[in-house]
Formats: sequence, structure tokens, C-alpha cells
Amino acid sequence: MNFSLVDILLVEDNFDDAELATRELKKHNMANNLFHVKDGAEALEFIFGTGKYESTRDIGHAPKVVLLDIQMPKVNGIETLQKIKLDERTRSIPVVMLTSSKEDPDIQKCYSLGANSYIVKPVNFEGFAAAIKNLGFYWLLTNQPLVK
Amino acid sequence: MNANLVDVLIVEDNPDDAELTIRELKKHTKSAKFFHVKDGEEALQFVFGTGKYSGARNVSNLPGIILLDIKMPKVTGIEVLEKIKSDERTQLIPVVMLTSSNESPDIKKCYDLGANSYIVKPVHFDDFASAIKNIGAYWLILNQNPSR
Repeated sequence: MNFSLVDILLVEDNFDDAELATRELKKHNMANNLFHVKDGAEALEFIFGTGKYESTRDIGHAPKVVLLDIQMPKVNGIETLQKIKLDERTRSIPVVMLTSSKEDPDIQKCYSLGANSYIVKPVNFEGFAAAIKNLGFYWLLTNQPLVK
Repeated sequence: MNANLVDVLIVEDNPDDAELTIRELKKHTKSAKFFHVKDGEEALQFVFGTGKYSGARNVSNLPGIILLDIKMPKVTGIEVLEKIKSDERTQLIPVVMLTSSNESPDIKKCYDLGANSYIVKPVHFDDFASAIKNIGAYWLILNQNPSR
């Protein structure tokens, strides 16, 4: 796959959630340029074109949206968000935080660090699928990303 | 109406666009409370509870979301965005920028100032209506706002 064309970067360590999100986006023809990484460390390497993505990724080709799970091993979603939003080369990339718990006190923290949106994953299958569809339509088709 | 309990603050000087926006949002989000102001100066007075909203509005009752037109008389949408996002009392309010032009300098500037989303208003009525529907479905139903 050509990494410069990636429009959705899905950062998700939960296999089932990633699988379901990808399948739902595929159903609506929005997964052609989706790329999935399994933790925050790899997400940062991908976005900044470092580590295993050093020669294959150009930081100038920003995804249209980053879907960022909060609870992840190695580097969690909040640290990843912080690094993206503190660097002026990447801060204009829309980042949508995904979390499983509604009572999460992280919501204010995420917004104050510059998260563009904060979504609580619906618990049931249909609700989650509908949320992913809505999210894909919004960030790929309604929202205007930064034009290069 | 109670100016302290507003789900959507619509800042729009064009009466046709404002009417269409409110009508579409009402159609798809039955219980949401809307408030419409016609320029950036009034938007700031509303958000910060100053000027004509002094006494009627408390700054800590954040609107759920602000739909903010860019080109407006007196104070532009970009100036309003900057003031909201640089004040810690109001910076968590999700702000969606709306513009008629598809010029990239504004896009980067808005994202850098902390805009949560940037929408180019479609020219045709039906497309504009469906964009507003998507905005409502996303920000009023799916997204978790910091203040609610």
C-alpha cells in the first residue's frame, strides 16, 4: 500500500473493535485507504515518518483523520494526541478520540490537548457499527481536511 | 428562552444560510436548543456573557457546540475562534467553522487556532441541507461534548 494515500489512520489495540470498524467502513466504500496500527508508538512512527516508517512515509502527507483509541499498551492515546498536537507539522490533522467508558474523566483533558472530537464507543454491535459509519461519512466526506 | 441552556450556537450573518441550518437541525434533532446570532461581536458577547448578554448569560454554561461562519461583518469568524480557543474558560467548546470559500490558507489557520472541524458549505441547496444533517448527527448525537 502507498502510505502517502492513507486517509484514515486507525489506532486500535483491540482486535475485535479494529476488525468491526474496518468492515463497516469497507461496507460503505471508505476503507480503501485505511491503515491500521495497533498501538500509540507505531501511530507516532507512522505520522512522523520515523522508525519502521522512516523511508516509506512523508510527514507532509497527512491522513484526513486519525481515529485514536485511548487505552492502549506502550504509548496510550492521550500521549499520542499530545505529541501530534504539540508539533506544528502535524497539529492540524483532525484527531478523534475513541473510548469505551463514558465516565472517563479524560474527556476534558483530551479537548484541552486539542482533540477534535471525543466518541464513546457504543457497547452493542449495531450501535458501534452505526457510530463508525457516521464517523466515516463525517470526517471523509463532510469535513474539509487541510489541503496540501 | 434560557440563554444558559443552548446546545447549538449558530453564528451566521447570511439569513438564508441561518434559516436553512436551523430548519435542518430541528428536523433531525428534536430536543436540541438553538440560538442564532448574526455577527462575531454578538457571538463573543453571548459566549462570554458580556454586553447585551451581561446578566443573562453565565460564561460557565458552555454551549454544546458553536457553528461559526468565517466571513462576517464587524468581528470575523477567525477572530471569534481565536478568542474562544485562547480563553481557558471557553476553549473546550467544540467549534465547527463554516465557509463558502475553499481556500486552504484559512483551513490551516483555523485548525492551528484549534477549530474542531472545518466545513465548506456546498453550493446546492440539497447538498447544503445534507451537510447540516451530517453536522447535527455527528456533533449533537455521536460526539461527546465536554460540557454535557
